[in-house]
This record gives sequence, C-alpha cells and structure tokens, in this order.
Amino acid sequence: MKHSVVSLTINGAERQMLVAPGSTLIDVLRESQGLTGTRRGCEQGACGTCTVLVDGKTAMSCMLPVETIEGAHVETIEGLTPPQGLHPIQEAFLQGFATQCGFCTSGMIMVAAALLAKNPNPSREDVVRAISGNICRCTGYEAIIDAILDAAVRIRSAAHAEAA
Amino acid sequence: MNRFDYIRPVSVPEAIAAAAVPGSAYLAAGTNLLDLMKVGASRPERVINITRLPGLDRIEWLPDGGVRVGTLVRNSDLAYDERFAKTFPVVAEALLSGASAQLRNAATVGGNLMQRTRCAYFHDLAGACNRREPGSGCDALGGENRLQAVLGWSEHCIATHPSDFCVPLAALDAIVEVEGPHGGREIALDTLHRLPGATPEQETALLPGELIVALRLPAEASSFSRNARYIKLRERTSYAFAVVSAAAALEVEGGTIRKARIALGGVAAKPWRAREAEALLEGKQATAQAFAEAAELALAEARPSGDNAFKIELAHRIVTRALSLALEGTPQAMPALPASPFPALSGANHVI
Ligand SMILES: Cc1cc2nc3c(=O)[nH]c(=O)nc-3n(C[C@H](O)[C@H](O)[C@H](O)COP(=O)(O)OP(=O)(O)OC[C@H]3O[C@@H](n4cnc5c(N)ncnc54)[C@H](O)[C@@H]3O)c2cc1C
Ligand code: SF4
Ligand code: FES
Ligand code: FES
Repeated sequence: MKHSVVSLTINGAERQMLVAPGSTLIDVLRESQGLTGTRRGCEQGACGTCTVLVDGKTAMSCMLPVETIEGAHVETIEGLTPPQGLHPIQEAFLQGFATQCGFCTSGMIMVAAALLAKNPNPSREDVVRAISGNICRCTGYEAIIDAILDAAVRIRSAAHAEAA
Repeated sequence: MNRFDYIRPVSVPEAIAAAAVPGSAYLAAGTNLLDLMKVGASRPERVINITRLPGLDRIEWLPDGGVRVGTLVRNSDLAYDERFAKTFPVVAEALLSGASAQLRNAATVGGNLMQRTRCAYFHDLAGACNRREPGSGCDALGGENRLQAVLGWSEHCIATHPSDFCVPLAALDAIVEVEGPHGGREIALDTLHRLPGATPEQETALLPGELIVALRLPAEASSFSRNARYIKLRERTSYAFAVVSAAAALEVEGGTIRKARIALGGVAAKPWRAREAEALLEGKQATAQAFAEAAELALAEARPSGDNAFKIELAHRIVTRALSLALEGTPQAMPALPASPFPALSGANHVI
C-alpha cells in the first residue's frame, strides 16, 4: 500500500500532496488542505453537498479518487469567495434566507456557479434541473431556487455596470 | 476500506498484464467501485487506475456512419456531443436520465456498463448474498424485494442491472470492444451481462483481466433517430434509479412500422431486449393496439420474484408509453426532465 504524489491546482494555487491509495478529493481538501467549506454528507454520491468544480465542471468530491484527477483544476467554496466580502451567489443566498442549517449550502452554491457560468440567464426550470443532484433537508428548495435566480440578476447587472 | 495496492499503468497492454493477477480491479471514475469498497462489498487487493490510458477518451465516427466511443469518454461528454445526440438521441436521453450531473461528469462509458447491482443486500455485508459471496444464500428472496427482477431471475439471485445507458444500447445492437490477455474480441452488448442462473457471481461475459476499450454503435442504429425515446419510471423525478424503464425506437413509413427496437431496464440482471415484440410490430400499422400487444409479448414470461408483481404491469405501461412517444417523434431538444413520462417542463435547458 504505497502512497503516491499527486499534483492539483486548488483554488488557483498549485499543490503537491502525498495521498494514500483510495483517498478521495474531499479527504484531501478537508484533511490535508484545511479547506473545510466542502461538506461531507452521505459519502455515497447521493446528496451533492460535497460538490466542487473540477476543470470547471461539477463533481462529487466524496466519489473522486484523487489519483484519477492528477493535474486537474479544483475550485471549492473558498476559491469562489472573494478576498473581501461575498460572491454575488453567496450574497443572494444570505439575503434570500436560502440557507438554514447550511449543510447543503456550499454544494448548492458551487452548482449555481457552474450553471451561471454556462447560462447567465437561466429560467426557473433550468435552476431546478441544475440543483437536482443536490439534496436540502431544510429549506424546501424554493428559497434556494429564488436565490440562484437573484444571483443571476446580480451577476448580469454587475457585468453590465462594468461594461458601461 | 480494505488495504490495497494502487497501480497506474501507462498503456493498455500494461494494464491487462497488471490485471492478470487475481484480486485485481480496474478503476475508472470510481463512482461505483469506490462506493462498494467503502462498505466492503468489493475488496480488491490491487486497484488498477485506467483513467490515464492513452487513446481511450475519444468519440470517433466511422466511415460507414457508425460510431466508436472510447471507454473513458465521460457520460455527460457523450450525451452532450452534438452529433452523437442527434444520431442516437435515445442513448443521450438515457444517459441524461441517470444519476446526477456531478456523477455523469465523472462516470465513464465502461464504468457505466460494468456497474454492479444496487440490490441492498449485495451492499450490506450483514446479509447473505450469492452474488457477493457465492453459496451464502440470497436474503433478497424473502426480504425487501419490491424493486427486484421480474424477468430472467433464478432462485439464486433476483437482482437487476441498474444502468439506464445499457437499455438503448441493447436495443440498438451496440458492440463492446474488449482487450485481454489473449488478445482482442468483440461482445454484443446484449450478451455482456449474464442472467444469474446458478452462478450469479459471474456477472458479465468478461474474462478475468479483460478490459473494455470501446463501445460501438452500428450505422443502422442511426435510422431510428427520428422516432426514438427512453422512458424511465423512478420513485422521484430525478437522481434516482429506474423502477422500470424502456427504450423504444421505430422506423415508420406512412403509418407502417418498418423496423422496431425495444429493450427494458430495471426488470432483469441485464438490459432486456424484447425481440419477439419487435418482430410482432414490423410490417404492422403503428396503432395503440399494436403497441399494447407488443408490450404484452415483451412481458409474456415475466413473473414476480417477491412483492413486485406491480412491476410487470408498470413495465407493460412503460413499454406502451415509450412506443407511443417514439411514434410522436424524437423531441427537437433534450427534454428538461430526460426520460420522464410526465410532460416536459416548458422552457428549460439541460446544460450541466
Ligand atoms: C447516487 C448515485 C446514483 C446513480 N444513479 C444512476 C442512475 O439513475 N442510472 C444509472 O445508469 N446509473 C446511476 N448511477 C451509477 C453510475 O452511472 C455509475 O456509478 C457509473 O456509471 C460508473 O462509472 P465509473 O467510471 O465511475 O466506474 P467505476 O466505479 O470506476 O467502475 C465500475 C465498475 O466497472 C469496472 N470497469 C470500469 N471500467 C472498465 C473497463 N474499461 N473495462 C472493464 N471493467 C471496467 C470497474 O472495475 C468496476 O467494477 C448512480 C450512482 C450513484 C452513486
Ligand atoms: S438478489 Fe442477488 S444480489 Fe441481491 S442478495 Fe440475492 S444474490 Fe445477492
Ligand atoms: S457527500 Fe458526496 S454526494 Fe453526499
Ligand atoms: S439548509 Fe439544511 S440541508 Fe439545506
């Protein structure tokens, strides 16, 4: 049972790490990198709370053997959060009461980020589809859907203001 | 998780040589293997990472119009490949009805084909399971079995194969290309998964060490692109395995069915091709009556393996529905809820 050295770019920074066979991305993020914003839920791929972006696409970090993504760019909730203040999706979640216990929140926000990167003006149904791999046991989803739609407006108007 | 050695071959021959040692398992994206290793239902001593093997991640169009898909192509990349989705829409629809976006972004072609049953007793080490531990018995037989097989099961195992992807692949005569210690060979997808009989632990036609390198769809399968649907009944509208599902593909000319393809999912230990039902439809007028007769024939041999007689009736309805939706025509755009028997949500785009 030999460890191997794996390189990843995590939130823009190149990292090399020694990993035990079978380590998942979430193990590395939470334990060796101290990035505890990514949540451990079911650990079976069945809840979505551990969602991060791998090369820009959503992935369940609890199901990804880290050795299989050597060289990938990983983005977590910590990477999405700007140095000052909050990301517009985070703002929208906060102001729209889209988080109660908060356990699903980072996964929901990462999925929202992937959706809005591809589709800046989603319909309500697009949002429903996008979060269909993420389970929330508190909010009943409506506040989350509203917040993602609100975030889309915020991001579009910020882009507009910048262009003007 | 058990202790294991992790092997990272750089070529197909090296991978095959590594896998020749007993106790080895190939690792693709790991969304199924790792899950089973976490609960101890799978305990390989050597895990062979195939994700770095060169040349297996391509979608290649063949001169005759068929397609060859490398085993490492991700489920979502295949479903969103424009030409693939246009040519084989029923396959794209089945892919997008499976798991969740996050899992489809990772899961590979070969991993999806080779995924193991979701029978709860197979996953639960406290239970007896012939498939996991040959000769130990089958706790599903007298247990919680409402989702188990209604076709092709035996007293030794009543599990189903969970893949959505495999259902239209069986209907469309897909071929699996395999490389192994004794060279390469081809296996019809329809014969890749085995019925349990007295040896449920022998799940597939692959021999020890054999590696799936690619999947092929023949050019003829593209003749169904205008009238093909995958319909999946599940216990919630997304992120759930099929209770029963069906792929239906028709070639229709002036109301007459020229060719028909039908396969069912969630009913047996393999995707269930219904050839007799297809033959019954060919040359007939495409009517509700004909579809109901075809469904009847497809399920003629079905029998409950427990508290699951309802699945036979459901499968009957799903086959009929898939055929009538196929006749209505393949939707121009992927439905917002792929494979749903419910009317599509309006205005949704399926993008991630
Ligand atoms: C919560 C959840 C929900 C899901 N829902 C659905 C669903 O609704 N529908 C559906 O169809 N699927 C569903 N899945 C299953 C998912 O599709 C599979 O886990 C996935 O396709 C497996 O692909 P992988 O690349 O991760 O395979 P791995 O986990 O890496 O491998 C799976 C198996 O295939 C073998 N293998 C892999 N590649 C090869 C090869 N090239 N040659 C020989 N053997 C190989 C491995 O040894 C292993 O035994 C779900 C999974 C989860 C976790
Ligand atoms: S049905 Fe098959 S997989 Fe399930 S417990 Fe019985 S033998 Fe095992
Ligand atoms: S913790 Fe990864 S999907 Fe639930
Ligand atoms: S806020 Fe509690 S699970 Fe979503």
